Amino acid sequence: MISVLRTSPRPGGTGPTWRFNWVGRIGLAMILFWAFVAIFAPMIAPYPIGEIADWDYFGPMSGQFWLGSDYLGRDVLSRILVGSRYTVGISLAAVFVACAGGVILGMVAAVMGGIFDTLLSRLLDAFNGIPSLLFGLVVVAAVGSSIPVLVLTLAAIYLPGAYRFARALSVNVNAMDFVTVARARGERTPYLIFREIFPNILGPVLADLGVRFVFIVLLLSGLSFLGLGVQPPNADWGALVRENIEGLSLGAPAVIFPCIAIATLTISVNMFIDNLPKKIRDRSE
Amino acid sequence: MPRSLTFYILIAQRLGIAAVTLVIVSFAVFFATELLPGDVAQVLLGQAATEEAVAGLRQAMGLDEPAIWRFLSWLGGLATGDFGMSYVSNIPVAELISDRLSNSLRLAAVTTAISVPLALALGIGAAMWQGSLFDRAVSILTISVISVPEFMVATLAVLIFAVWLNWLPALSYGAEAGSFGAMLKAYAMPVITLGFVVSAQMIRMTRAAVIETINTPYVEMALLKGASRRRMVLGHALPNALGPIANAVALSLSYLVGGVIIVETIFNYPGVAKLMVDAVSTRDLPLIQSCAMIFCVSYLLLITIADLTAILSNPRLRR
Repeated sequence: MISVLRTSPRPGGTGPTWRFNWVGRIGLAMILFWAFVAIFAPMIAPYPIGEIADWDYFGPMSGQFWLGSDYLGRDVLSRILVGSRYTVGISLAAVFVACAGGVILGMVAAVMGGIFDTLLSRLLDAFNGIPSLLFGLVVVAAVGSSIPVLVLTLAAIYLPGAYRFARALSVNVNAMDFVTVARARGERTPYLIFREIFPNILGPVLADLGVRFVFIVLLLSGLSFLGLGVQPPNADWGALVRENIEGLSLGAPAVIFPCIAIATLTISVNMFIDNLPKKIRDRSE
Repeated sequence: MPRSLTFYILIAQRLGIAAVTLVIVSFAVFFATELLPGDVAQVLLGQAATEEAVAGLRQAMGLDEPAIWRFLSWLGGLATGDFGMSYVSNIPVAELISDRLSNSLRLAAVTTAISVPLALALGIGAAMWQGSLFDRAVSILTISVISVPEFMVATLAVLIFAVWLNWLPALSYGAEAGSFGAMLKAYAMPVITLGFVVSAQMIRMTRAAVIETINTPYVEMALLKGASRRRMVLGHALPNALGPIANAVALSLSYLVGGVIIVETIFNYPGVAKLMVDAVSTRDLPLIQSCAMIFCVSYLLLITIADLTAILSNPRLRR
């Protein structure tokens, strides 16, 4: 009975499918575009990032400098392309640490229950009581900003949320018959967690990973904008806005395009997540 | 209104959690700033200081005492309004903060006064005409504001109102504005930006709360009995959605705490957040700790109020 329930094929066409609608496809295309850019940035950037290529500062968009030039006369397009490595790379690393930690702890808490669950939940709830940008500020003030510090800080800020989400899902799965049966068979906690619970919460957890990725990109950009994130001479998109903020009153493209780059990334991830095939988004249907 | 026992237990539980959180937060703020590589005395005196000078200063500042003791005396100082001395300017932190705090509170108050009515009207309207062009326009706008960083909202506001329309000054903030008009102009930009960020959240949550109530059987009953759409929403659904809406308002206002840090920095507004960001770059620890505590306490206050209103307004907890 149980094996039938777990492997029963869905009738084609009527149930949830793997198909994406067009909004989701546009989102996916944009995500793949930025992933491509982040990987191949140094090869496709038209100028070396540090090179002062233009005599004019805050130059307009032109055939020579597609997105204008920045406050030192460097090519903005090249700096955005290379900056994608920092924004996307740091955020990805942080979101994986946060979600891996949160999901494992959440599953363990759900399966073990009892005092471990209560204490961990209360402690992590308390950390949710610290505003995220503020936590980043305090840590950076204390230990200084470097890429490993940024990754760990961002991960620490978003771990409690990932934990809470995974725990809630795992508690539901944990109450199902097949888990009870597995437990009655005498399976140990690691088996229960990785073979019974994890495959059944994977879909929603992946969607949650995407949402948290967006939060992390926004927070990282905010920190860099305050001058506390990625440090010069390197620059992520938030730092590019900061560098060129003086050009704002001139309406310089150097300050607008890094903003647009952030927006295209975050909005397309949101579009993709919101339009994921039902089959991935929630397994209960 | 008589309340059930569960109600009081829930309230007590929530307040207890807030108190525990406050202790953990102050612990985190104090010890995060204690993680500083090297020693405060060393940092203050610089590389060229002699061993004796550093040791002397360390003793004078009480740094040779155990950390937990310093934590307790710091906490006691906070409770009695003694925030310590700024390392950089050697002025009491309380003095530095007091003016700045009233500036920040004024900014928050003006933003709240403008964005709450606006957001409620838009949120309830969008729920009332769910699926209409108006609803979709509001949804797309709020999602866009939520998915971009706060500084981008600020940047766009400056571009539109200062650069293209030329209505307002760009990034300058006149500290002492002479006339009412000048004051209005100085406040406009920060308030517009913060208002957008806070309202976007509030509109979404209000809309969701009202729609959830509209989908209940008794509201459907009102519709079946022939009530108009307006009457159905305003007369039947809204009174029961008030709790979730109040919860949404308090929760969205907690976004002020993060937003204000960015907005004060970008517009050079002399508030607590600007003070703190400057203190971070000069590593003025007592100042950072005090500002961080101010923000944490106000954030905690808002989310606790949000939770309490949710409990208070739950009719199932009345007897």
